[in-house]
Amino acid sequence: MTLLNPSVSIKNLDLSFGAVKVLQNLNLDIGDGEFLVLLGSSGCGKSTLLNVIAGLLEPTDGQIWIKGRNVTWAEPSERGIGMVFQSYALYPQMTVEGNLTFGLRNARVPKAEIAKRVARAAEILQIEPLLKRKPGALSGGQRQRVAIGRALVRDVEVFLFDEPLSNLDAKLRADLRVELKRLHNNLQNTMIYVTHDQVEAMTLADRIAIMKGGKIMQLGTPAEIYGKPQNLYVADFIGSPSMTFFDGTVEGDVIRIPDHDLPLGTYEFAQRPASVRPAIIGIRPEHVMTGDNLRSAPYKAEVIADLVEPMGSDTLVHCAFGGQTMRVRMDGQAQVRAGDRLMIGIDPGAASLFDKETEARL
Amino acid sequence: MADVGILAATKAAEQPVTALLDSPRGPKPVRRFSRSNIIIYGTLFVVALYYALPLYVMIVTSLKGMPEIRVGNIFAPPLEVTFQPWVKAWQEACTGINCDGLSRGFWNSFQILIPSVILSVAIASVNGYALSMWKFRGSEVFFTLLMIGAFIPYQVMLYPIVIMLREAGLYGSLTGLVLVHVAFGMPINTLLFRNYFASIPEELFKAARVDGAGFWAIFFRIMLPMSLPIFVVALIIQVTGIWNDFLFGVTFTSSPERYPMTVQLNNIVNSVQGVKEYNVNMAATLLTGLVPLVIYFASGKLFVRGIAAGAVKG
Repeated sequence: MTLLNPSVSIKNLDLSFGAVKVLQNLNLDIGDGEFLVLLGSSGCGKSTLLNVIAGLLEPTDGQIWIKGRNVTWAEPSERGIGMVFQSYALYPQMTVEGNLTFGLRNARVPKAEIAKRVARAAEILQIEPLLKRKPGALSGGQRQRVAIGRALVRDVEVFLFDEPLSNLDAKLRADLRVELKRLHNNLQNTMIYVTHDQVEAMTLADRIAIMKGGKIMQLGTPAEIYGKPQNLYVADFIGSPSMTFFDGTVEGDVIRIPDHDLPLGTYEFAQRPASVRPAIIGIRPEHVMTGDNLRSAPYKAEVIADLVEPMGSDTLVHCAFGGQTMRVRMDGQAQVRAGDRLMIGIDPGAASLFDKETEARL
Repeated sequence: MADVGILAATKAAEQPVTALLDSPRGPKPVRRFSRSNIIIYGTLFVVALYYALPLYVMIVTSLKGMPEIRVGNIFAPPLEVTFQPWVKAWQEACTGINCDGLSRGFWNSFQILIPSVILSVAIASVNGYALSMWKFRGSEVFFTLLMIGAFIPYQVMLYPIVIMLREAGLYGSLTGLVLVHVAFGMPINTLLFRNYFASIPEELFKAARVDGAGFWAIFFRIMLPMSLPIFVVALIIQVTGIWNDFLFGVTFTSSPERYPMTVQLNNIVNSVQGVKEYNVNMAATLLTGLVPLVIYFASGKLFVRGIAAGAVKG
């Protein structure tokens, strides 16, 4: 997908530390006002990429364009970006106000203008009562608000977030996530957000780029990433608990997995294999049908519940199927105990099929 | 409803049983005079005495007159307290042809100390900051070379430095001595500052760069306000090191007029002519040791406060 008017554009980017290639020939266009999430496990290069966009790391090769300007050699402060860090990175000896205004004072912005912008940011983030305090006297959530405020007052085109919620506890994280989404809806700035938390990625993103080993494995909307993962890595990475994978062979309209032949009539092939081909089918726990939904299932089987994990809102059942331990997500109200027999239904139309050799989607 | 009397009786009977069942409960009782405590505090007391005794002898002797010292009881407190030895050590003691006491050496040392300490701490802090935050190609090699400098014995470099100072026209001057002190204080102080700045989260530095602060702005407005503890440590190391220095002082000053206090003290104490005035020697030694002592006492509190201030960083 090429965008006509990208806000941030990364062209043929390479970065290596000595012999280690951290980013390899990376191309990425981020639209104006888009919320893009870089998602990946640690060491995949997502934070490195963000640092290169910010100008805190020098690329080995390639270009960074922001708002139609080649900023590859520009200082971080000249790129029109604001950045929020995981550890907040507030200046400990300055008050909240000092933290907010530091960048503006460096840029010699007139005093009246500074006061106006601080007042606006403080109002948006509801930190007015904290302005005279030092960071040490703030809670984690308040500190992160101030850190966001520091990016906000700079009045920039692009916001960069480096795992901003990872240091907060679960409840606060959920609250601030919602606030960030609201902030994006109101400001309509371009935001690039690095995280390893797929819930954050799914809820916040307009588009997600899943990275592994310095490459983008898939770039797409949350629905595309979740529903039609382009390869085995993405399929395994997204979803919690993750898909159960079965080795098998595709023969015409059927995939043969141990003990079962699943019909593929409802499956939309991306590339239909010409002949008999070894393949992997991945089935999400929430796509296994039970109870009343069974009627519409193209394929039914009886299994024995092996282990039951009640989680309140829903219940996760482990059972033996097709030579694997399959995870089945059931309603939280379902009365299941280990050893119970239950009927399950599978719709391969909702499943994902991958080539065994290339691990690409079929 | 049960009879109150019976209830009370059963309660009382239960008491010893529950007390037994419950017995390890609440804070563990502390045994103040346990064997290990006696050993620890006993050892500490003996060691403290061992270190305090010489100081006691020096103070006591410096307050006695010579006749009393000749009696020979060095531990006895002075019968007649006199400050004459202190006055003599400061104003009248002779080294060579000068008979104006340690005061001359004191001012010499002072003139060496102030610029040396300010220069070396200032340069070392910027060094450490640059080496930890603004890594450049070869910065690690540079740092390693600087560290090697710390391990070469001073004696090896004395003669080359004499020649270098002579060629620069600085031999014998206090400026030359200051330069030598600054150079030799560099490795250890750079190491100190580098390690301290390396412990400051990198994200803070990145945030400041995004905020448009350059090399000096980050140093003065972000890093310096956070570094009081390490400055105090460097200050203590430099002040005591430079004040107590004897080797450089005796090598790089050419005339007795410019001798630092330590060299002058040595000349007073080791003079072979006339009567050994133990009381004057003791007073002179105490006077010379006063500056480091004052620094320790004054900055000790600052040091603790600095660490406490650093502990609540955001």
